[in-house]
Amino acid sequence: MKFLCIECDEQMSFETREQPGDGTFAAAFACPKCGRRIAMLANPIETQLVSSLGVRIGGRTLDEQPMELIRSSVAGRADAFVDEKDKASAPTHARPQWSAEATERLARVPSFVRGMVKRIYTEYAVDNAIEEITPEVMDRARTELGLEGM
Amino acid sequence: MSFRTYAQVTGGDTSGLAEQVGRQRARVTERLRDVKRVVAVISGKGGVGKSWVTGALTRELARLDFSIGVVDADLQSPTIARMLEAKGPLVVGDDDVQPARGVADVRVMSMDLLLDEERPLRWASDPGESHAWRSVAENGALREFLSDVRWGALDVLFVDMPPDAQRLADLTMLVPDLAGAITVTIPSLESRRSVARAIRVARDLDVRLLGIVENMSGYACAACSDVRPLFNGDAGASLAKEFDVPLLATIPFSPSPSDAVDAEVRELASKVAGTLNLTAPIHDAATQRVAASSIQPQALGPKP
Repeated sequence: MKFLCIECDEQMSFETREQPGDGTFAAAFACPKCGRRIAMLANPIETQLVSSLGVRIGGRTLDEQPMELIRSSVAGRADAFVDEKDKASAPTHARPQWSAEATERLARVPSFVRGMVKRIYTEYAVDNAIEEITPEVMDRARTELGLEGM
Repeated sequence: MSFRTYAQVTGGDTSGLAEQVGRQRARVTERLRDVKRVVAVISGKGGVGKSWVTGALTRELARLDFSIGVVDADLQSPTIARMLEAKGPLVVGDDDVQPARGVADVRVMSMDLLLDEERPLRWASDPGESHAWRSVAENGALREFLSDVRWGALDVLFVDMPPDAQRLADLTMLVPDLAGAITVTIPSLESRRSVARAIRVARDLDVRLLGIVENMSGYACAACSDVRPLFNGDAGASLAKEFDVPLLATIPFSPSPSDAVDAEVRELASKVAGTLNLTAPIHDAATQRVAASSIQPQALGPKP
């Protein structure tokens, strides 16, 4: 998929993406020559189709997670998956702490996919030497990693 | 106004959707690198006991010390995990998910391990018009069953396909070097017609037909050891003749443990091992005899 600035006959560059709600998927592109910006809005069915393909508009910013599509899309049992690290009772002292607000927000993530989401935020915090995961950290990770909907 | 074509706009596609799909496929290939053979079990018809045959065959081969895995590709009606007594939860690592382990250490991945008891497969987001995206999502789930599970080294990975014969095309897209397909039918004329269609689909896809299994081929009487007719027809034999493929086994129906069933399952495993050129594990002849004598395929429970 390519977007062309008709005025400049230039291919537009991907800028950002977001899921503002109602199943809408939004992606912004800009012309590198004149700076004109456009937004592509996908309706919920188009969003679902792209999501079902397991691809990311604008490209991937994060490696594919194990069973990412299944874990984020199937309405399954809450205890279907267990994290290897949790199972091994890995020491937690070296891992970032979750603030109460972040924990509360994480609890709102569907249980089927919660483990995967928690792992992504945790790894983001470890990579960035963040000792405590707060809602602000989660927002920053979402933007930087392209985790819309998580 | 006139537009250039997609190819004429020479800048890269920032989304790289084709590349993303290419990486998904490559991930399947890489994951199956140590799997010697991938075999589909197909029928083209529901209710012929395809999953039972898959379960009995895989269990038998595993008991002979072959390394066996099973993907339950029947996402809407998954049964193989229960048949092989494989249970969750599934353990998620950094890059993959460990398969569940069933009897005889068969590695299993099935939607049955992920769904609540007796609940159908539902998608967390369902904006409607599911006919437009459901098969795409199901194909994605099958892809992840193949690409994201730590299958390790296997002699054979069986894929228990759903009744819809066209789904074989989805599998060949993901696994182009499929070792072949085993076709399951019951004796009836109705089954013959449906299974013939599935065989033609396989032929169109250049999938090698390893043979036909006729399931519920008579009724094994527990009281007198006789096998009596159950369905009219000889679909297994006639399909084998028409398509010039081996009839691998004719397995009778039995609601209880049956020597007749066990014998046919052993015969089936032996022929499949031979057809796939599976190298016998390291056992000497004496060990092989012990292993053979301990095989109890009826432990899978009554046939459907």
